Amino acid sequence: MRSIAEAFFGAVGRRTLASFRSLHDTSKLINTTFYWAVIAPFKGKAIRFHASVSEIVKTGYNSIPIVSVIAFFVGIILALQAAYQLRKLGALIYVASLVGVSVTRELGPILTAIIVAGRSGSAFAAEIGSMKAAEEVDALVSMGINPVRFLVVPKLIALMLMLPALTIIADGIGLFGGFFLAVTALGIHPYNYLQQTTSSLVLKDVFTGLVKALTFGAVITIVGAYQGFKVEGGAEEVGRRTTASVVISIFMVIVFDLFFTAIFFYFT
Amino acid sequence: MEEAIKVDSLVTHYGERQILKNISFTVLRGQTTVILGGSGCGKSTLLKHLIGLLQPTSGKILINDNNIAGMREEEMNEVRKKMGVLFQGAALLNSMTLADNVALPLREHTKLEESTIQIMVRMKLDLVGLSGFEHFYPSQLSGGMKKRAGLARAMALDPDFLFFDEPSAGLDPVTAAGLDQLILKLRNVFKVTIVVVTHELPSLFMIADHVIMLDMGEIIFAGTLDELQISEHPRVRMFLERKPEAEEYSPEDYFKFIAGD
Repeated sequence: MRSIAEAFFGAVGRRTLASFRSLHDTSKLINTTFYWAVIAPFKGKAIRFHASVSEIVKTGYNSIPIVSVIAFFVGIILALQAAYQLRKLGALIYVASLVGVSVTRELGPILTAIIVAGRSGSAFAAEIGSMKAAEEVDALVSMGINPVRFLVVPKLIALMLMLPALTIIADGIGLFGGFFLAVTALGIHPYNYLQQTTSSLVLKDVFTGLVKALTFGAVITIVGAYQGFKVEGGAEEVGRRTTASVVISIFMVIVFDLFFTAIFFYFT
Repeated sequence: MEEAIKVDSLVTHYGERQILKNISFTVLRGQTTVILGGSGCGKSTLLKHLIGLLQPTSGKILINDNNIAGMREEEMNEVRKKMGVLFQGAALLNSMTLADNVALPLREHTKLEESTIQIMVRMKLDLVGLSGFEHFYPSQLSGGMKKRAGLARAMALDPDFLFFDEPSAGLDPVTAAGLDQLILKLRNVFKVTIVVVTHELPSLFMIADHVIMLDMGEIIFAGTLDELQISEHPRVRMFLERKPEAEEYSPEDYFKFIAGD
């Protein structure tokens, strides 16, 4: 009997301690990252400009095609689904409002974040993880170079700039997708559609989407980097951590999305 | 001779397990000290403490009379500028060319002109026999060349100390001997204090001035190469004569062990 109780409390204790430890490690990583990104530049420790530009190209510029195609398709899908219901009510013109609001407030930022989490979050975890496995991270430390400054800060800057930028692109193309379907298949007049879109959209919708995107950029970077730095063993663990980084960053993106949507709902 | 590194009653744990059990030794300036021992004896862990990658449970590590145990990161980075480390797999950054790898410490820690950095990079690569490979990526090089490049990077800031983690691991005898020659050259020409962790006997006899032998986290021998060869310690003799561990179980004991009683 005692052994069962022992095993139970032992397991609970181990889990609890492990989750405290990872919470502690995560907050330490966040702390260090923002120190090197925000405070250290004022102390003469410059951000690696070239590395940041190269990350911007890798994470931002190279994602434009996939983000565009997906946003376009989602715009069409939204318009079709909306038309399916609104047609019955004879309120087909409201397809424009629905597509406009849901793309800019919600689907633009979150789809972009999910694509970037899959493309770049996993790449961050794999890159840092394989560097950890090959002692490259230790080598940086032994040269007196902070690995967070060297590896994470350029990625953070890239994603915090590029996620809002990609979101703007996704918003624009998503709206165009809805417009395209409405004028071709639903027979709505282009002028009416645009009129309805502009009258139902306010700047706040786009702006709240961009605030979300900014946060998602930080979340994806931190999750990817955290998983990468956690690699202790070899290639197998790099693979495992890479997968974990995608799953966890998508989960965290949705958690933060819920949080921000609730805040915007009540306070704006 | 002057003491360059002094380790005093170093104790360290991985989780609950004690890895290094109260270790004390000194490294003399300008000498090559080899830390010898079998797999799992704690020698790599000891090296990681010497270069400040791990923090000990207790004890002191004095490098140039500065205790690096429990030192703040910024102070530690100042000490690290005086150190070069060659890791087991060379640990070159795969995303950069050799020239950029060697230039990295110079770009991070000095305010030298780019043209000066280029000259220094060529000097360092020439020192290790890799002239003309500036624009190669680490993945395009053989294991021996990677180690040489790693050494060039370790030498970039003209350090007082060089640390080697298993320099001959994974190299053929000829390449390994070449690397040993290079280690000798660095000691003789640049008067660098060198600490090498290895279990390779040929390397040991070629480069060592002073030997420290670890076994199960304890020092079982410290002295010169000549003293090592006449040492009567049974574990030292086993190591030098390449004798295997004695059978742990008699057949009866083994049967009892696997039967679980």
